[in-house]
Amino acid sequence: MKKHHKCANTKCKTCECGLCCTKINNFGVKRSGIDILRNVNLHIHCGDLTAIIGPNGAGKSTLLKAILGEVSHTGELQFLDAQKNGTRRPSIGYVPQKLDLDSSSPTTVLDLFAAAHTNIPIWFTYPKKMRERVRESLARTRGEHLINKRLGELSGGELQRVLLALALDPIPHLLLLDEPVSGIDQKGLELFYETVSTLRDNYDLSIILVSHDLSLVAEYADRIAFVNNKTIECCGTPQEVFTNTQVIQAFGLDWSNRFQRDEKDRVDNALMV
Amino acid sequence: MHLWYSLVDSLLPFGWLQHGFMKNALLGVLLVTPIFGLLGTMIVNNKMAFFSDSLGHSALTGIAIGVILGIKNPVWSILFFAVLITIAILVVKEANTASTDTIIGVFSSTAVALGLVILSRNGGFNKYSGYLIGDLLSISPTDLLTLGIVFIMVILLWVIIFNKLLLSSMNPSLARSRGIRVRGYEYLFTIMMAVIVTISIQWVGILIISSLLIIPAAASRNIAKNMRQYHVYSVIIALISGLSGLILSYFWGTATGATIVLVTSTFFAITFIMKLRLL
Repeated sequence: MKKHHKCANTKCKTCECGLCCTKINNFGVKRSGIDILRNVNLHIHCGDLTAIIGPNGAGKSTLLKAILGEVSHTGELQFLDAQKNGTRRPSIGYVPQKLDLDSSSPTTVLDLFAAAHTNIPIWFTYPKKMRERVRESLARTRGEHLINKRLGELSGGELQRVLLALALDPIPHLLLLDEPVSGIDQKGLELFYETVSTLRDNYDLSIILVSHDLSLVAEYADRIAFVNNKTIECCGTPQEVFTNTQVIQAFGLDWSNRFQRDEKDRVDNALMV
Repeated sequence: MHLWYSLVDSLLPFGWLQHGFMKNALLGVLLVTPIFGLLGTMIVNNKMAFFSDSLGHSALTGIAIGVILGIKNPVWSILFFAVLITIAILVVKEANTASTDTIIGVFSSTAVALGLVILSRNGGFNKYSGYLIGDLLSISPTDLLTLGIVFIMVILLWVIIFNKLLLSSMNPSLARSRGIRVRGYEYLFTIMMAVIVTISIQWVGILIISSLLIIPAAASRNIAKNMRQYHVYSVIIALISGLSGLILSYFWGTATGATIVLVTSTFFAITFIMKLRLL
């Protein structure tokens, strides 16, 4: 597939590639007067998978929330279609890390989709064509067989595919993925990356993925943005980013230490949940 | 009301329904238990059992405020205080400084203590102990009218907001990405809870009101396989418990609210056993 790396420079102000793109211009987030993010610029083309990596607490999740509009931010988010029309906010499909429910919850996959798609209360009835539509959505991520299962019964990988299917219905301009830190095995994670990668090619999606798995990122991402010290310190192809000295300092030199610390954070997070 | 009385007389010619107050209580049960069944599903889903409990407790302060201000019908002061404490809890929760159950615990105990301090001044607390147990048989036609209006409003709101509320409860960011104003729905739901707890508290009683909200849904959850079943079972369990609790309390001469709660508990035990056997 053709990539558009001539325009990968985050500083270019207009999109010259003749394709649709999403631009994050000069994002900043303050909380209680302190900068949490500043000066973030990111330029994403359709059909590109951009991974966001960085140490914990560097501002990855804040960036995600700012893009979602959940925390207020300065700067702007623009979407330009292939004809350069419009600077409206892009429609966003979001795949969260997890859902907040316990395993005994009677919410099924169909319930989840119906709740998102209609205003007819799901405790009353479903619209006629809902089941068909949901099955089609789930087929995109190879999850048709999950339609009648309860969300609590799904494995981490299955839940992730269901949430991905939900985010893709309707097809958004921008797909935001928050990769789960726990509860998903290596094989499930690889399958997830493969699915996302295929979808990117089939639907020409712009994808932003917050990731914790550097080896998978190196394999699947088109571009990587390294978030550190409250901003994007380095952005480029996997090769460029993984040879950058700042990145090596953050991840490389004391890789094993870092990894263990992440592992500890994972355990801490699991305990907090 | 006359229509209801003659309807009951012709359709249900039972001895226990001869009295006017029983007819009133029956209508009250038919109105209030389905609402408990419906709202309970979301309360249990969101793990808000403790929160609904604190709403019940806050009524004590509401009554006390009513007494100080000399309001005859304490419903309004109870409602006012319940909404106030609801918003206070939500605001403090958003500051994210302590876990939710700690915050609710603080507010709940403060409300009870404040209520007790005010009401026990001059040693006159016994006058108000009726609120602890509640008296469903004292329900009047005017109360029923209020209840009817609230019934219709809750059902309407529940139809409109349920799907969005469900998404918000599962993941606020996900709901947000689909254009749902999460916080608005959260406030609306908790205020609905405050209203329904407030208007039913004088009949059900402070001590057990939250059990009526929680147990039918919890029992239904044991056997439901999807959201629709969850709601249907919950409402049915609440209704049957309400009716049989009312009848039993008449013959046993016991407090109606408490008897109803005992029946719901029985349902919980039964469905729990069913769940274990299903596995």
